[in-house]
Amino acid sequence: MHEMAITQSLVDIIAEEMRAHRAGKLLNVRVQIGQMTAVVPDALRFCFDILTQHTPMAGAELIVEWVPVQARCESCERTFEVKDHAFVCPVCGRSAAATSAGRELSIVEIEVE
Amino acid sequence: MKINVVRNILEANARIAAENRELFAEKKVLVMNLMSSPGAGKTSLLEKTIDSLKGRMAIGVIEGDIQSSQDAERIAAKDIPVVQINTGGACHLDGNMIRDTFHHFDFDALDLLVVENVGNLVCPAEFDLGEDVKVAILSVAEGDDKPAKYPLIFHESQALLINKIDLLPYVDCSVEKIRAESLKINTQIAILEVSCRTGLGISEWCAWLTDRIAAKGLGIK
Ligand SMILES: Nc1nc2c(ncn2[C@@H]2O[C@H](COP(=O)(O)OP(=O)(O)O)[C@@H](O)[C@H]2O)c(=O)[nH]1
Ligand SMILES: [Mg+2]
Ligand SMILES: [Zn+2]
Ligand SMILES: [Zn+2]
Repeated sequence: MHEMAITQSLVDIIAEEMRAHRAGKLLNVRVQIGQMTAVVPDALRFCFDILTQHTPMAGAELIVEWVPVQARCESCERTFEVKDHAFVCPVCGRSAAATSAGRELSIVEIEVE
Repeated sequence: MKINVVRNILEANARIAAENRELFAEKKVLVMNLMSSPGAGKTSLLEKTIDSLKGRMAIGVIEGDIQSSQDAERIAAKDIPVVQINTGGACHLDGNMIRDTFHHFDFDALDLLVVENVGNLVCPAEFDLGEDVKVAILSVAEGDDKPAKYPLIFHESQALLINKIDLLPYVDCSVEKIRAESLKINTQIAILEVSCRTGLGISEWCAWLTDRIAAKGLGIK
């Protein structure tokens, strides 16, 4: 399960930040996960609970912000939400190559004491 | 106390992948990350590709598998440098596993390095290895609903090979649907129909791959 590898990286970053800020306990962590990633939020929570057992992160809440997929039209330069994985501009009908959102796997904030 | 921490969760892998990519550029090696579900034909395609290109360029292979070294043995039989990575349960390769194989290769004498990823349609596309191109294989036996079900791999790949075309008479699978759905997800993706059994499309595929070497500004050593 790759969520384990992803969660391990997340826990490593939190530990580093907690050390840098001399924090004793993690209350919650906010992450942004794009809809076009290989991540199932429930699996992430499950792995987070396992990996944080008996650590200062145990019991902390994992807050997941789910980011919809967006793309930018290269012709009319509009940004639009990608529905049903169709990278086609709803305004001019041209196809868009790259995502502008929806590929996030980011930590954004932690709350500690 | 709230602390703003805006960091990529996969930053450690991204850093190693970037270092790998830098080394490949410096050594002028084209690196391909080959992905598919188990049994779609990654090793078979590799065998065909080696047979076609071996006389023209120096090829190396990294075989990723959860267990066993059967695929590596198939490639070693072609007299090609090959390294087996056993992930021991992990469902994908990452940048660090690739870096750990470097001492097995003489990159100064290599033109093309192919990485056969762990058989899995879900997550290998999420982990950057430092490769130049990602290529996905979908066999017609798996069904034409796979692009819609696993969009990430189709979105991230530069080419899609539709394999086992020889089986089309025996399965209910529309190649047109695979094409249309894949192009919806990735408007730039190159789509090639191949059969590793009959050899159909293999020369077109090898031409596409050889063009990538030229596109990266690399020559054959
Ligand atoms: N009929 C047919 N069988 C194929 C083709 N390509 C591969 N196979 C068979 O599919 C099975 C799995 O192939 P393999 O290359 O090991 O797949 P991998 O798991 O993706 O590396 C093997 O039995 C191959 O002989 C093809 O084009 N046509
Ligand atoms: Mg194989
Ligand atoms: Zn996985
Ligand atoms: Zn537009």
